[in-house]
Amino acid sequence: MSSTTLTKPMLKIENLHAWYGESHVLHGINLELGEGQLITLLGRNGAGRSTTLRSIMGMVDKRTGSIQINGAEFINKPAHRITPEGRIGFCPEERGIFSSLNVEENLMLPPGVGDGGISIEELFEMFPNLANVRKRMGTRLSGGEQQMLAIARILRTGARLLLLDEITEGLAPVIVKTLGRVIRDLKARGYTIVLVEQNFRFAAPLADRHYIIEHGEVIDTIEAADVEASMDRLNHYLSV
Amino acid sequence: MSDVTETTANSQSGIAEFEEGLGDPVLRRRARIWQGIFWVAMLGFLAAAPFFLYPVFVMQLLCFALFAAAFNLLIGFTGLLSFGHAAFFGGAAYIAGHVLKVWGFPPILGILTGTLFAAALGWLVGSLAIRRQGIYFAMITLALAQIVYFFALQMPFTGGEDGLQGIPRGHLLGIFNLNDPLAMYYFVAAVFLVGFLVIYRIIHSPFGQVLQAIRENEPRALSLGYNVDRFKLLAFVLSAALAGLAGSTKALVFQFASLTDAHWQMSGEVILMTLLGGMGTIFGPVVGAFIVVALQHALSGIGSWVQVVIGGTFIACVLLFRRGVVGELARLLRINSL
Repeated sequence: MSSTTLTKPMLKIENLHAWYGESHVLHGINLELGEGQLITLLGRNGAGRSTTLRSIMGMVDKRTGSIQINGAEFINKPAHRITPEGRIGFCPEERGIFSSLNVEENLMLPPGVGDGGISIEELFEMFPNLANVRKRMGTRLSGGEQQMLAIARILRTGARLLLLDEITEGLAPVIVKTLGRVIRDLKARGYTIVLVEQNFRFAAPLADRHYIIEHGEVIDTIEAADVEASMDRLNHYLSV
Repeated sequence: MSDVTETTANSQSGIAEFEEGLGDPVLRRRARIWQGIFWVAMLGFLAAAPFFLYPVFVMQLLCFALFAAAFNLLIGFTGLLSFGHAAFFGGAAYIAGHVLKVWGFPPILGILTGTLFAAALGWLVGSLAIRRQGIYFAMITLALAQIVYFFALQMPFTGGEDGLQGIPRGHLLGIFNLNDPLAMYYFVAAVFLVGFLVIYRIIHSPFGQVLQAIRENEPRALSLGYNVDRFKLLAFVLSAALAGLAGSTKALVFQFASLTDAHWQMSGEVILMTLLGGMGTIFGPVVGAFIVVALQHALSGIGSWVQVVIGGTFIACVLLFRRGVVGELARLLRINSL
């Protein structure tokens, strides 16, 4: 399968440990993905999937191991330098829309991290819902609009590595379908994406590879081509 | 991408629709109108006040209003509670007083020297304090401000407990004699207006938007790639400098810099003014300063009981209208900012 051949690893994580205060949360995560690939981090609540993304962003109290982006080491970089130097766009689970700013201001707020960002007008074509509410304050948006804005916001900056945390959580099926199309489109444009998902049905057709995380470790890796043959294993891992 | 349009009708049909059918452009226009009314009222008051109020009272009010507005830039728009702003207000008053009295600086240069001192002190205090958050931030600013207070008490040029007295007002640009109360008043009004406009501009600039983003969700601002500490430090320095501008001007008005200006109670008073008027509002600190200064003047006959009355007012404010006077007014008028 060509997608699993890593000609140029964009993100490589080795033996990543992370702590919140005294609490040791990640116990040696290993994963990698090539440019233009999409991987998912699957697992139960509290397994450490979101913490893996937060560790990449430097948003945990302590982290050790290795996080390489395009060959450069990021483990010791301060948080504010990770986004611009890694050309990362992070969409957190809580969306983080700024309520005192309107849609356009929310889109304009993040600083650019590189060339090739999607223009505001193109983003409004990609998310017509947002075009209709461009002057609306962040607090006045529906959950779906907030999620679209949270994704649109990081696409304007020129980020090439997208970290998307539970983007379908709590959204209506029609909006989930929309987001699926957007993610597929972004992948076709060459974006490299790490997707944390509970909704396996949403993630399965998009991903090149699935990493199963449990108790802060990657316990299994399933290639896209092997998903059907591995359904029993997946059900075992993801069932409550 | 055609599916995206399918959701439009869905989202517009209910949840995201504004209260009573109002869109944000309507709300913004209404906010602009009310802000315009406040601007006109404030400018009218500034122009006419010395003709129906005691000028020294209004000048004191303007100095405290600028001090509170500077403080509001930090607490209201950046989310940082400093408990040591008296250090900048009082410290600048001493420095401005010293250069005006001993070195013979002209008024504008004296005020600028005080402001620059406050900015430098703000950089020093801010660099140490922004490493911590919440109550620890407040405690560090309080501790450092107490050091400044004891400097003010012990340094030979400050006059110790007597304060620095007899600061000359001098001539503005060598032309206008500031010993004339009316000339002095309009000079103070101009200083206040410049300071207030600077704050207004900062709030409405992209820099101000980043500050508000940090106040709302600091981790998110950080993960978007902003050097949050640098923004917080810059906001701290700007706030300190503007507090210094207010302190220097007050020293010129009263021709006197005293320990009261640098005392921790002054830090508490500016918090009180900002909360009473409305934290995070544009005109709130001005209204809050007016309430506190007016109460202090009106109730000066009852001595230290005035503090009890102001404390009671503060408790009533917290219990009854916790957004502050202007904040509650904005809510009643259903506008976003005032």
